[in-house]
Amino acid sequence: MEASVLHFFEWLWGPYWSTLWAWFKPVWPLIWVIMKIVAILVPLLLGVAYMTYAERKILGFMHVRIGPNRVGPLGLLQPIADGLKLFFKEVILPTKADPALYFMAPALAMAPAVAVWAVVPFFDGVVLANLDAGVLFLLAVSSLGVYGVIIAGWASNSKYPFLGSIRSAAQMVSYEVAMGLALVCVLMVSNSLNLTDIVHAQGRGIFADWGVGALSWNWLPLWPVFLVYLISGVAETNRAPFDVVEGESEIVAGHMVEYSGMAFAMFFLAEYANMILVAAMVTVFFLGGWLSPVGFLPDGLPWMLAKMSLMLFLFLWLRATFPRYRYDQIMRLGWKVFVPVCLIWIPVVGVWMMSPFNIWE
Amino acid sequence: MGARDLIQTFFLGELRQGLSVTLRYLFSPKITIQYPEEKTPISPRFRGLHALRRYPNGEERCIACKLCEAVCPAMAITIESAEREDGSRRTTRYDIDLTKCIFCGFCEEACPVDAIVESHVIEYHGETRGDLHYTKQMLLANGERYEADIAEARALDARYR
Amino acid sequence: MDLKTIIFYVFAALLIFAALRVITARNPVHAALYLVLAFFNAGGLWLTLQAEFLAITLVMVYVGAVMVLFLFVIMMLDIDIKRLRQGFWRNMPLAATLGVLMVAEMALVLSTDYFGPVAFPGTKMGADYSNTRELGRLLFTDYVYPFELASIILLVAIIAAVVLTLRRRKDVKHLDPVQQVAVKHSDRLRVLQMPAEKEGE
Repeated sequence: MEASVLHFFEWLWGPYWSTLWAWFKPVWPLIWVIMKIVAILVPLLLGVAYMTYAERKILGFMHVRIGPNRVGPLGLLQPIADGLKLFFKEVILPTKADPALYFMAPALAMAPAVAVWAVVPFFDGVVLANLDAGVLFLLAVSSLGVYGVIIAGWASNSKYPFLGSIRSAAQMVSYEVAMGLALVCVLMVSNSLNLTDIVHAQGRGIFADWGVGALSWNWLPLWPVFLVYLISGVAETNRAPFDVVEGESEIVAGHMVEYSGMAFAMFFLAEYANMILVAAMVTVFFLGGWLSPVGFLPDGLPWMLAKMSLMLFLFLWLRATFPRYRYDQIMRLGWKVFVPVCLIWIPVVGVWMMSPFNIWE
Repeated sequence: MGARDLIQTFFLGELRQGLSVTLRYLFSPKITIQYPEEKTPISPRFRGLHALRRYPNGEERCIACKLCEAVCPAMAITIESAEREDGSRRTTRYDIDLTKCIFCGFCEEACPVDAIVESHVIEYHGETRGDLHYTKQMLLANGERYEADIAEARALDARYR
Repeated sequence: MDLKTIIFYVFAALLIFAALRVITARNPVHAALYLVLAFFNAGGLWLTLQAEFLAITLVMVYVGAVMVLFLFVIMMLDIDIKRLRQGFWRNMPLAATLGVLMVAEMALVLSTDYFGPVAFPGTKMGADYSNTRELGRLLFTDYVYPFELASIILLVAIIAAVVLTLRRRKDVKHLDPVQQVAVKHSDRLRVLQMPAEKEGE
């Protein structure tokens, strides 16, 4: 890939290329990495923008209404109009807020949400950083997202944001435990912390040999853990029905109450980027990443995107269907249901792997 | 909690039931009325913007009896009257403050000569508060503009009065 | 000075700055956040030593979980800075003596050959060397007994913490979410089939 990009530049600049290259050669690795980052971030941010559109459309359709359809054909320019509007609005600083932290919070919410994409494999070898401890990196960085929320709530110096940030802190910590334990099962069966290897491990097994790869992916043998991870993922991103952090009927908008304009937009972007991330993670860990579900079709990026879209649709579907959880029930679900389910399934998988019925050989 | 309940829980039985409902509605025909292009039908008794009517010969109907002013629960109507050159009693001032008006339709009910009516017009606005203070001239102008609609609505409703 | 050294000094300088701010910052929330920054830079330093597992675990455990709970508690305290600083100068001599003593002890220990700044022989590993795998192998082979011992101690600590804090208050009107969630519609609603009756019979 790198060679062909260089080749393209050579063709683009023609006779000037050799002089240019003499200048650029020392910094080329840096430029190349930046280009790769841009190649991931631009589609991601576009995806985030159109995720808001998809959410409004799908929620609308499930409410038997049409959703946005005024800006552009089918309302397709709506996210751009919203973005422009937010961009030109004033960012208000409450008088008694902590200015430095107040403005740092949106950045702290946004940065982890995009930084995690460094280790997400889109296709065999197409990953920004093929870390050996990819899963750990993922857990570590995605757990930092809560700082944006906590700091926003505290720095606003206002009641509802503060309640939101306290709820968020408790909820994130609880569900991260369940999420981490769920991933332990995945790590056991795939014998690696590397995300690319985890996907490859799902392509092996009896069912894959028979040509129905979809059944050899982790979701089926690890069904309880899959459910735990999926639901914890929804809780991690503070999406309905776990959106007590910003539950509008209880605490207005939680940590975002005092924010306006672009600062508010950053929280919004972070939330949707996290959603897409969780969808990608579920795809990689349980739905076989870019692997094709049936033997006679080739593997490829479209599968990855299709599975992610399915997961994202599921998020919106959940939001349209379920009422918000009560806070004590959320805590009960995290600690008293998910953690035990994972703790039981870990030895079950261990015994299974040691038994003659091991399907992961 | 029996074994069946446990299985039901593990395979998210009740959740799937709920999800299937929303999925069905995803594909059902949408009922949205797209407002400026499409409008819901309006009853002949709909109470919108006020208008003062005239007789077909051009004489204004209002006889300044002030029944509407008396009945108005929001006290939005202000009337002053005087004798005209031909000796009939007419209003010199007939103001309706639409920021006070609650569109109850009592003025219309009280009027013995069907002078003050509420038309079907809902698409009006004022950019300052004063714009919604309708004077006699404005109300008469409304009446002239929407007379056809108003007369039709009265005719449709006449059977039930 | 190569790039690695520059990165080391940047991380080290930030780490020391953040650590100083932890104890000098007046606002406890700011102090906690500076501690987070310090953890980050320590993780960065470990990364330069190719100990990526430790670095990421440090961030995950301390920044991702411990400090969140710290902040959770600190934010809810109503701390009066003035009152906290009242006895500052009275306690200063004792604290300063202790501090100097600790620094001297650390200097004595660290200046020995055992902890001295010797060049690490093992820092040049092949591309396929996995820090995580090596740590796991060591933990579950050579050090399996200490590892299990440590986990048992932690388990005891968890149970002790739960037992110590678990008390059921009798005077609180408490809803049990388990019971609430387990309710079926058949528990609340009984549909009766009644034969139709004619009037006047």
